Amino acid sequence: MNEHLLDIRNLKTWYRTYQGYAQVVDGVNLTIDAGKKIGIVGESGCGKTTTMKSVLRVLDERKAYLPEGEILFKNQNILKMRETELQQIRRKNISMISQEPSAALNPVFTVGQQIFDVISYSKQDDTAKNKKELTDIAIKAIRDVFIPDPERILECYPHQLSGGMKQRICIAMALVTPRELLIADEPGTALDVTIQDQIHRLLRALVDEKQTALIMITHSLGVVRELVDQIYVMYAGNIVEVATTNELFKNPLHPYTRGLMDCVPRLSGGGISAGIYGYVPDYVHPTPGCRFSPRCPYVKEICRVQKPLMLEVSEGHTVACFRYTDSFTEQHRQEESIGERA
Amino acid sequence: MLRFVGKRLFEGIFVLIGISIMLFIIARIIPGDPARMSLGPRAPQFAVDELRKEMHLDKSLPVQYLYWIKGVLQGDFGKSINTKRPVSTDIKEFLPATLELVLFSGIFLIILSILLGLLAAKYRDTLVDNMIRGLSYIGIAIPAFALAILLLLLFGYVWQVIPVLGRLSSGVAAPIHITGLFAFDSLITGNFTTFFDTLGHLILPALALATGPLFQEARLLRASLVDNMGKEYISVATGYGLPSRVIMTRYLLRPSFIPVVPVMGMDLASLMGNAFLVEKIFNWPGISRYGMNALLNKDLNAISAVFLVFGAIFLLVNIIVDIIVASLDPRIRLGAKS
Repeated sequence: MNEHLLDIRNLKTWYRTYQGYAQVVDGVNLTIDAGKKIGIVGESGCGKTTTMKSVLRVLDERKAYLPEGEILFKNQNILKMRETELQQIRRKNISMISQEPSAALNPVFTVGQQIFDVISYSKQDDTAKNKKELTDIAIKAIRDVFIPDPERILECYPHQLSGGMKQRICIAMALVTPRELLIADEPGTALDVTIQDQIHRLLRALVDEKQTALIMITHSLGVVRELVDQIYVMYAGNIVEVATTNELFKNPLHPYTRGLMDCVPRLSGGGISAGIYGYVPDYVHPTPGCRFSPRCPYVKEICRVQKPLMLEVSEGHTVACFRYTDSFTEQHRQEESIGERA
Repeated sequence: MLRFVGKRLFEGIFVLIGISIMLFIIARIIPGDPARMSLGPRAPQFAVDELRKEMHLDKSLPVQYLYWIKGVLQGDFGKSINTKRPVSTDIKEFLPATLELVLFSGIFLIILSILLGLLAAKYRDTLVDNMIRGLSYIGIAIPAFALAILLLLLFGYVWQVIPVLGRLSSGVAAPIHITGLFAFDSLITGNFTTFFDTLGHLILPALALATGPLFQEARLLRASLVDNMGKEYISVATGYGLPSRVIMTRYLLRPSFIPVVPVMGMDLASLMGNAFLVEKIFNWPGISRYGMNALLNKDLNAISAVFLVFGAIFLLVNIIVDIIVASLDPRIRLGAKS
């Protein structure tokens, strides 16, 4: 078996609520190889962040409950690791960029103090570093994210920086020591569009340069199109479609993916789409069938009672939808295509 | 930082002037002639008139204020009707007793509230947290004087383990007057018999006084800690593999203290004024009790003096709190600079 850098298998992450367990992440499978770039796309509240926070185990353990699943990092199960092993992974192998740059930095410590802490605990060669070395490493990292006058920035408190600068600092912090995997959780969401674009380009340039694998979480297909090689489409805690970026844009199969595509405004006009009808489902009492079935325009009886499995439609393109299984008869598909044309 | 402190001190002067004007006006608009009050009803009118002139009561209010404030600045608050002594002498005698009591209360307050707050936050939603919560409700609900009586009865009467009433047991000599704080004076002069005796006398009233605010602060600190534990920067720091000890003591504690410190400071300063019932119960010769008696007897000079002292102490505590908060929170410190 070939070794993946990160291999998430049937991960379930639930939250304890007063009504019962909210089954937010419901059997996610995901793999990424060293140096690759993948994107996870889905709407707010579909469990993207929860999945990734499960990887680093930074969820509040009194609220989160992981009944099933494995997260293998280089064939070691992170979920079964002892605290010391986990700390090593957090310090040396994986880092994560939060979607809220303003909240991710501690307001009462200088940027420098916070970066120094990250460097000194993630030291690769296990030698103690003095202040001068720490400063040099931090300054180089800040320079890498194109912030002028890094010496001054180190003395600054987060509230003295703009949102875009804070996010750059977060990126600098995440890549200040070499990592094998960088998880970027909607790094541009809290920023305005021009800054967002800069941040994405910067991120791409840095992971290419440092040959870090990247998991990019976003709610916008447009964002990941230029950044990643492979896209996972997530809906309500399930991966519903996986394909390479080109294939997905050329041939989106899952009704939800199509809905997302329609939501991207086009330069060619045609107005803004109506969106996808309905809401993300209730996680405490989820439907036994396909979680998209209440919103799906092509819903059939089987969709409501049975969960569709991931099915490889073509090389490297899998989808979880009954429309592409054999039980879904040719006749159904014809009816649909007539309906679509009408 | 120095500029920040200087600015606060400068502002404090104006606040003090404001307090003094208000106190002066209140003292003067209360009905009754101070000259007549101090001489008594049977004094002849000419003597009263003489005294009025001496006290500058025949002048206009602003001029009277200037005379009064001139005296105050020289440490002369006039005479007390109650004790027939200069008010400044009374204050010198009674203020250290209350300061000592409040300082000890403050030590209890700060140490115990931080300890309980940390424990409750660390073991939140467990038995420890719930026990502290229950204890807090009782501690906050029970008035200081009721607790004082309870402690007095239990430790002073039923078990007789701790000396009660007054600052020293009879037969124990007061230490040489240096600051007037018996525990401090006896300690630095090496008089340990007096030190331990006065310490014993301090424990119960200090505890009675501190209990209410102590639990309130513990709750506040717990809430602040738990709130910050859910902040993104804590999970980011965890995600970078920082040891939980570092996260708790550095990343969590400092921002969590920011909202607690001002409340703590205010509660500490309020202990001065709230101490009168506890002082009364423990027969503590403090200024709070003195001020209460002055109020009840319309002893105007004493009232103005006591409240001016309280005001100054409040102000001082406030400035100290501001400095602590500013040193904890760069947003305040740097905001003040620009």
